[in-house]
Amino acid sequence: MRDYIIRRILIVIPLLFAISLLSFFIMQLSPGSYLDDLRMNPDISEELIRKMEADFGLNQNVFIQYFSWLKEILQGNLGESFTYRIPVAQIIGSRLFNTLLLSAAAMLISWGIAIPIGIYSSVHRYSFLDNIFSVFSFIGLSIPNFFFALLLLFSIVRFDIPLPINGMTSIMYDYLSPMEKAIDILKHLLVPAVVLGTAGTASLMRQMRGQMLDVINKDYIRTARAKGLKEKKVIYKHAVRNAINPMITIFGFQLSSLFSGAALTEIVTGWPGLGRMMLTAVRSKDLYLAMAGMMMGSLMLIIGNLAADILLALNDPRIKYH
Amino acid sequence: MQHKLKLDDQIKVNSGKTLWQKKLARLFKNKFALTAALIIFILYFLAIFAPFFAPYSATKNFKNKFFHPPTKIHFTDENGLTLPYIYGTEVKEGWAEYEINKEQKYPIKFWKQGDSYQLLGIFESNIHLFGVEADQPIFILGSDNYGRDLFTRILYGGRVSLFIGFIAIFITTFIGLIMGGISGYYGGFIDSVIMRAVEVIMSIPSFYLLLALAAVLPLDLSSAFRFFLIVSILAFQGWAGMARVIRGMVLSVKSEDYIAAAKALGANDKRIILKHILPSTATYVIIRATIAIPGYIIMESGLSFIGLGIQEPSASWGNMLSAAQNITKISDFPWLLLPGLFIFITVLSYNILGDGLRDALDPKS
Repeated sequence: MRDYIIRRILIVIPLLFAISLLSFFIMQLSPGSYLDDLRMNPDISEELIRKMEADFGLNQNVFIQYFSWLKEILQGNLGESFTYRIPVAQIIGSRLFNTLLLSAAAMLISWGIAIPIGIYSSVHRYSFLDNIFSVFSFIGLSIPNFFFALLLLFSIVRFDIPLPINGMTSIMYDYLSPMEKAIDILKHLLVPAVVLGTAGTASLMRQMRGQMLDVINKDYIRTARAKGLKEKKVIYKHAVRNAINPMITIFGFQLSSLFSGAALTEIVTGWPGLGRMMLTAVRSKDLYLAMAGMMMGSLMLIIGNLAADILLALNDPRIKYH
Repeated sequence: MQHKLKLDDQIKVNSGKTLWQKKLARLFKNKFALTAALIIFILYFLAIFAPFFAPYSATKNFKNKFFHPPTKIHFTDENGLTLPYIYGTEVKEGWAEYEINKEQKYPIKFWKQGDSYQLLGIFESNIHLFGVEADQPIFILGSDNYGRDLFTRILYGGRVSLFIGFIAIFITTFIGLIMGGISGYYGGFIDSVIMRAVEVIMSIPSFYLLLALAAVLPLDLSSAFRFFLIVSILAFQGWAGMARVIRGMVLSVKSEDYIAAAKALGANDKRIILKHILPSTATYVIIRATIAIPGYIIMESGLSFIGLGIQEPSASWGNMLSAAQNITKISDFPWLLLPGLFIFITVLSYNILGDGLRDALDPKS
């Protein structure tokens, strides 16, 4: 097991290297650079632009630019943002935290709702409630995140629901007590988390239902029933325990769509996360900020997948890695 | 004896049908999937013949009629039932507020002559399904910030939004099949190169990759070229997952006896891959394609929504929704949200159809 984890972690290094290479060259493909915008601005002198060009190495060959960026990265320096003129590390930390907070809240919602519903639906297959849940899951799967977010915001405004519609904190935030601050953030978190959580819930509950149905027809469930075990024990101790394993793999897959969905949701609801930062960075050709965003996003995805695999190995003693 | 006869009958009945005919017959029994297929068909039909069904051309704008609410169509007047007509509207002194003028009645005319257009790129025509006299526009779903008819633009936007998924899935499937096929069949060095590439693409959050790629496109491209490039971007990002699964399937098929038989008969690699291995992945590919199309539709609309996809004045459901990004606008002019409803209906139909296809084609799962 330990060897397996070490090997998996070692694979991450060349993977990250390849991702950075690919991202860097995609960014370089885009026409013009950040400096082009500055050149249009008559208030900025030619000298300053030339100095920035030299500072950021933008007048160099693409390969040299890449390797100097790589060298800095390996020393823990993420570079400086062109737009904000502060180190990228300062910006990205809080953004990363916000996206993780949003994703965690969404996961909590989707797993918390989907697993019980999935179990119920499989046990009461084709019942009235099962059909209702099926309809809801189809709707949840089919509604684009950003459209759902718009609909929620629309209903908040239309029906005067006392919930904030933009950002992460209120204007009064700085004057609040710590307790009130937490409540304020939770209020802002509600809409984006519900939007992201619904998308996850819809697919998860279908998968949980499917896994449970597979397991329920297995021989060992019949054996458990034949032994005279209580139905509750058969379901929770035998069926759910086995149905949950594939769900852990799904957790890994889910991360990718979670981050992608989070990006659009953040943009619509004004949540200051990594996705929204990526949009502005990519638009203003803020190279190092965008690169850092790509790398952080990918890193989280890789770590998530790794965690899912390890979790699976820990949870299912039948799986052996070597 | 009688029992045997029955069995023979059954063989006769079944032997008349090929495997795929049986699969199709199963699909036709699924009412939900059929309804979904019908809705999808209607949407594509409306989009293809958009110039005919839409009362105006996609860029026609009416000054002083921006953010006009949906026009109410009346079927009765003081004398009872009549042909459908609408009342004229005038701008009140406020901003984008309209007053109904009951003095002016405009009958709705069918097969009306209006803006000329080319249908399917060949037929020149100026006949529209319906319309009213030119000085009073009919907005059955309201108008947008430039005074353009929302219904017209939804139909035209459907051309982009509906076909982008369709074309993207073709390219993705093509690349995925070739890459997955080669990777699984040859193994070794080629296999590891392709699979590492797949891993790299799949390790970047897909929307981040799309963002970076879409930002590369210059803004002054022609809309057709831009459409093509966005399709390529979606395919570039999407082939990886497809290739990985195809590789797995090829690996398992490769060791089957009939492949060894084909080899022994002297079939070359190309023939074995194309004639023996890839057909066995057909079921999976069809299901996967149907399930993946709505994903592409959502991604395109997402990109256009944030302004990196299809650009104005071309319409797509995503960029039409971006007009609704402003919260005060949605609460004042809620009909701006309608393009989202069309995305939702399309995606829902595809999901239901995909589900039905999976049940019909692959009874094991």
